[in-house]
Amino acid sequence: MPDPQPPAIELRGVSKIYPGSPPIKALDDVSVQIDWGQMVAVVGQSGSGKSTMLNVMGTLDQPTSGSVLIEGTDTSLLTDNQLSAIRGRRVGFVFQRFFLLSGIAVIDNVANGLLYTGATRPDRRKAAEAVLERVGLGARKWHKPDELSGGQMQRVAIARALVGEPAFVLADEPTGNLDSASSNSIIELLFSLHDEGRTIVVITHNEAIAAAMPRQLQILDGRLVHDSGTASQ
Amino acid sequence: MNLAPSRLRPSETARVGLGSLAARRLRSALSALGIAIGIASLVAVLGLSDSSKSALLDQIGALGTNLLTIEAGSGFGAGDAALPETSVATVSRVPTVEATSAVYTVDAGVYRNDLVPEDLTGGISVYGTDPGLLGALNGEIALGSFLTEATRDHPVAVVGAVAAERLGIRNLDQPVRLYIGDRWVEVAGVLEPFALAANLDRAVLIGDRAAERYYDTELVPATVYVRVYEDYIDETRDVLAATVDPENPEEAEISRPSDLLEARSAAESSFTSLFLGLGAVALLVGGIGVANVMVIGVIERRGEIGLRRAIGATRAHIRRQFFTEALTLATLGGTAGVLLGVAVTYGYSLAQGWRVIIPPVAVIGGFAAAVAIGVIAGLYPAIRASRVSPTEALRSA
Repeated sequence: MPDPQPPAIELRGVSKIYPGSPPIKALDDVSVQIDWGQMVAVVGQSGSGKSTMLNVMGTLDQPTSGSVLIEGTDTSLLTDNQLSAIRGRRVGFVFQRFFLLSGIAVIDNVANGLLYTGATRPDRRKAAEAVLERVGLGARKWHKPDELSGGQMQRVAIARALVGEPAFVLADEPTGNLDSASSNSIIELLFSLHDEGRTIVVITHNEAIAAAMPRQLQILDGRLVHDSGTASQ
Repeated sequence: MNLAPSRLRPSETARVGLGSLAARRLRSALSALGIAIGIASLVAVLGLSDSSKSALLDQIGALGTNLLTIEAGSGFGAGDAALPETSVATVSRVPTVEATSAVYTVDAGVYRNDLVPEDLTGGISVYGTDPGLLGALNGEIALGSFLTEATRDHPVAVVGAVAAERLGIRNLDQPVRLYIGDRWVEVAGVLEPFALAANLDRAVLIGDRAAERYYDTELVPATVYVRVYEDYIDETRDVLAATVDPENPEEAEISRPSDLLEARSAAESSFTSLFLGLGAVALLVGGIGVANVMVIGVIERRGEIGLRRAIGATRAHIRRQFFTEALTLATLGGTAGVLLGVAVTYGYSLAQGWRVIIPPVAVIGGFAAAVAIGVIAGLYPAIRASRVSPTEALRSA
């Protein structure tokens, strides 16, 4: 590796154009670097391209041009299966709508974060149990998701993102579906994860939450118009 | 960066597929039911047709295919043809003939007693015959006894199965008499149905000599029954007409009653093909049901697909998951269908008194058909699921 410690994520001149008439330019020449242990808020209006940037960072989507480097590896050189492996082992996603499987218990929803790593079920459950304790839901592990509150469901989703010990966590409006009390507890959880040294990128509409984070990226019409920089690190 | 590829253990592939089905129990059960009904109808049609055919073949075997009948021809110019009185004697001299018997039409009505108006004959005819008839026809007695050399000359009757019913004869505990013509006749016995001579079931039989003596019957055979040695049936058949009536061999009509049963068996086989076709249609509809459930599942479960891609599933993993689901549905349906079809075959065959035959081809074929349906019905939805773009799936779910 050329760099002894490459950044966790790096976007180099990334553009994403969705075909159509007219084509939609969701990302326009975005370059940004996110270092290990950073906590970054991504702000911007709806449709500004925040989610596209997050999906590109997490290799769920591929840029039309430019390159995405994850831990120094250029993802444009990887096959679809290799990108799946990166998502399964190095990226933790948290979504606004949780996406928990309703038919299975909380512990197995969390253990599913390791499903595609080939780990055995006992190993996955053991890891899931530890992470559930970490997010404060150890007592709820055998409940079904629909027996939980929204805030608890999002904790389960965060636990699922963490269970594989990812290089970074990408959260797309994790508090968008929650009341303010639940929101606060989720944000507190994210901060405490940051304090443990995890790299976290959070999309949020909430300016107070964004302002509290060490670094903010502002997106407007697909462009990165403001980066508060890494000074606060 | 050197990463191990995404990997889903085979046991997990099964667990994921089964888990998804279990989460949608009712819908899964209904679509499996579609397959089950299709497979069950195929298995039952094959099982029932084999069982019923075996019953028919058993019957044919028991009756023997070596019975021939000779009747006066009814073709052109044969309006008043009659068999010669000597028919029985000449036929019984043919060396390949095992046994011969004949019935003679007696012109008389049968009544329960002498108070019944003469025109209410109940459609029962009266035949004179000899004691050898029962043996020649492989017939059986239900009650009492058949005519004997002793009763052959006397006003004694044996009643056919249907005739006994019409005349209300249920047992012979008390002596039963019938009023035949203008004379009382003692009933000696009641017959079981004849499989190869149904017309005798609706008849009352009296001795041929009694017929001649009491009813002035001319002993011109209405039908001659000939039991032939098994290996010489065709040869005997060829010479019988000329033997009976050397002058006008075309006036003697030879037939083989068991041909009728064999024709019935063939007719049932053609019905089997029809029902098999219907079963195949049912199976097709069941398969479409599974495909439908899978396609709807792919649309409904975009969020799940997107999530699975986000936690590391490859396209192949998604494809395998949906394929496993379809295959499991079809296999469950197929298993249930085979069991149901076997149960139906058992139940109906036992109710009909048939020997139960479950053809292995029906069981294996039914199961294979279900698996094939699962493969076909699962392939397209599975491929479609694997092609869903993860971001689109997460956005639109």
